[in-house]
Amino acid sequence: MAMKINTGQFHERVEKGIHNTFMRGAVAGAQERLRTRRLEAAAELGNWEQWRALGEEIRQHTLENLDYYLMQLSENVKKRGGHVFFAQTAEEANEYICRVVESKQAKKIVKSKSMVTEEIHMNAALEKLGCEVIETDLGEYILQVDDHDPPSHIVAPALHKNKEQIRDVFKEKLAYTKTEKPEELALHARHMLRHEYMTADVGITGCNFAVAETGSITLVTNEGNADLVTALPKTQITVMGMERIVPTFEEMEVLVSLLTRSAVGQKLTSYITVLTGPRDEGEVDGPEEFHLVIVDNGRSDILGTEFQPVLQCIRCAACVNVCPIYRHIGGHSYGSIYSGPIGAVLSPLLGGYDDYKELPYASTLCAACTEACPVKIPLHELLLKHRQTIVEREGKAPISEKLAMKAFGLGAASSMLYKLGSKIAPTAVNPFTVNDRISKGPGPLKAWTDIREFPAPEKERFRDWFKQRGEE
Amino acid sequence: MNVTLFVTCLVDLFHVNVGKATVELLERLGCTIHFPEAQTCCGQPAYNSGYVKEAKEAMKHMIRTFEHAEYIVTPSGSCATMFKEYPHIFKGDGEWEERAKRVADKTYELTQFIVDVLQVEDVGARLKGKATYHTSCHMTRLLGVKDAPLALLQHVKDLEVVPLPNAHNCCGFGGTFSVKMGPISEQMVDEKIQCIEQVEADYLIGADCGCLMNIGGRIERKGKPIRVMHIAEVLNSR
Repeated sequence: MAMKINTGQFHERVEKGIHNTFMRGAVAGAQERLRTRRLEAAAELGNWEQWRALGEEIRQHTLENLDYYLMQLSENVKKRGGHVFFAQTAEEANEYICRVVESKQAKKIVKSKSMVTEEIHMNAALEKLGCEVIETDLGEYILQVDDHDPPSHIVAPALHKNKEQIRDVFKEKLAYTKTEKPEELALHARHMLRHEYMTADVGITGCNFAVAETGSITLVTNEGNADLVTALPKTQITVMGMERIVPTFEEMEVLVSLLTRSAVGQKLTSYITVLTGPRDEGEVDGPEEFHLVIVDNGRSDILGTEFQPVLQCIRCAACVNVCPIYRHIGGHSYGSIYSGPIGAVLSPLLGGYDDYKELPYASTLCAACTEACPVKIPLHELLLKHRQTIVEREGKAPISEKLAMKAFGLGAASSMLYKLGSKIAPTAVNPFTVNDRISKGPGPLKAWTDIREFPAPEKERFRDWFKQRGEE
Repeated sequence: MNVTLFVTCLVDLFHVNVGKATVELLERLGCTIHFPEAQTCCGQPAYNSGYVKEAKEAMKHMIRTFEHAEYIVTPSGSCATMFKEYPHIFKGDGEWEERAKRVADKTYELTQFIVDVLQVEDVGARLKGKATYHTSCHMTRLLGVKDAPLALLQHVKDLEVVPLPNAHNCCGFGGTFSVKMGPISEQMVDEKIQCIEQVEADYLIGADCGCLMNIGGRIERKGKPIRVMHIAEVLNSR
C-alpha cells in the first residue's frame, strides 16, 4: 500500500522512536506549544463548542450527500474550462497525472504540500517518467532534500528534525554555507525554490477544501508557496481526496476557521488561496490548463460503514498534537504517512489490517483526541470499533487473549464463578507473592511486572469485610 | 439516603481499604450503604479489547444486579463512565437499552455524588502534607467530572494541593494497553512520575484504582518516596 512508510515490525519501530531522544523532545515541545495556542484560539472565539457542532454538521451533511456535491463540483470545474478525473485507485490517479505531464513534455514539476499525493506515491510515479518533482513547502522540501525522509506529522512534516540537522542536510546537499539560524536556512531554501518556480512546467497541489457551488479549490498555507505553484507554471494539477469538499463558500469559511485554529492556533493562516479554473481572458496569472484529480483509493468503501465519521477529518492534526502515545513514539512508528490517532483509525481502513493491525491498540482510549477534534470525530470509539473488527470479523486476536476474554465473560457474568475465582486468586499467585507484592508475575502479569509492582490480591476481599461487618 | 455501592473488581480484590474508606465516608455523610453480593465487573476489560459479546454478558449481569438501586455510587471514574456507556452499547436492543438507561441514570462517581447529590464539599477530613491530584482521563473527559474532587480536596485540613504539570496527559494505564504496549506505557508513566516529583508532592491522589495501580506500581518499583492514595482514603482521613 502506497501510504506505507518504514519497514520493520511495529514494535521495532516503537523501540526506535522511544530511543530517539531528540525527536521526543521536539514532539513534546511542539505538543505543548500547539495545544496551548489551539486552546487560546478556541477561547477567543467564545463559543467553540457551537463551532465544533457546526463543523461536524457540515462534514456529516457533505458526506451524506457526497455523490451530489461531487457531481456539482465536477460540472462547475468543467464549466470554468477545467478537466476532472475521478480515480478509483492510486494507480489510476498516477496514470492520469503522468499522462497529463507527458502530454506537456514536462520535465520539471513544482509541488505544494499534499497528503493525498503522499498517499498515492505520486512523486515516485513521476520520477519514473524522468521528471524532477520539487516539494516547495519548507518542511517537505527539507525531507525531500534529505533523501526522501518520510513525513512524521500531517501538518508539520519535518517536526522530527532540529535546525542543526537541517543545516547539515543543506550543507551536504545544497552547498549551504551559513549557520543553523532558521531565518538563514529559510532564506536559502527560498532562493533555491524561487528559481524552480520560474522554470517549472507543471504545478501540482493538494486541496484543503473544494467548493462544489463554484468549482473552486482552497489551499491553506503559511508560506505562500501554493500561490507560486498555481500562478507560474502553465499547467496545474490539483489532487484531492474525494471527501475534501464543501457545498458553498459559507461552509468553507467555517471549516477554514476551525482548521487554522485547531492546527496551529491561528485565526487565519498567512495565505488562504482560492482558485477557480484556468486563467481567464484578461487575467494576468494562473495556469493555462487546470486538471482536478479526485481520488477514491478506498474512501468509498468507508462510506456507509460505522467508520464513516473518519471521513469528516479536515487534516488539522489537533488529535496528533494531544496524543500521549504519539508524544513518546513519534510519527514514523505508525508506519503510515497518517500518524497519531487519525492515522491509527485511517491507516487500517485504507491500508488493511495486515500492515496496521497494531495501530488500534496503540491507544489508552484516553479520548484526548476525541476532545480535541474540531469536527467531533469520535476517534477513540473508532479505535474500539477496529478492535472489535479485529476480534470478531478478522479473527486476528491471539488465542491466549481469546481464551482469557472468554473466561472473563463467563466469570463476570456469573456471581458464583466470580466469587470462586476471586476467592482462590490469592492462593493461585501465592508462589509469586513477596510482602504482598508481585514483582515477577507469571503469564499475562509478566508484561505488567516487567515495569511495575503488582499488588497481590488481598486475603480478605472487600465483600468479606462488608459481610462480616454486617453480621457483627 | 440509600446508596448501592458498586465497589469495582479492583477494589474488591486488590484495594480493600479504598472500599472500606468509601463505606465509612458515605455513612458519616448520612447514607445507608447496600452492597449487592452478585456484583462482579463492569465489563471494560473485554469491551475495550474488542470482545463486545463477552462484555455484554458481564454488563447484563451488572444491570440485573443494580437496576433496582436508588443511587449507584462507585469509587472509580472509569467504571462509572462504563455504566454511563451501557445505553449506548445496548442501543437498538429494546429491553436492554431501556434497562441500561435506568442503571446509567442513577450512577455517580463518588466525588460527584458527594458534591452534586449530597451537596457537601467539606467532609471534615484532615491530612498533613503536600498533594497533587491526577485527573484520570475517563472521569475528566468522558464522565465530565473535573471540579468535584478538587473542591473536596480544597477543604481537607492541613493538606496543600498543588496542580500537577501536564495533568491532561494520560498516565499510560489504559487497561490491557499497560501490558500490550508495555514499552510505551513505561514512557508515559515515567513522565507522569517526573511531573509529580517536579512539584515535590508527598501524596499522589487519584479517583481511579486503575491509574493508581499503574502509577503506584511504578513508583514502588523505582523506590520513590511518594505515597499514592485514592481520594476516598484521603477524604476518610481524620
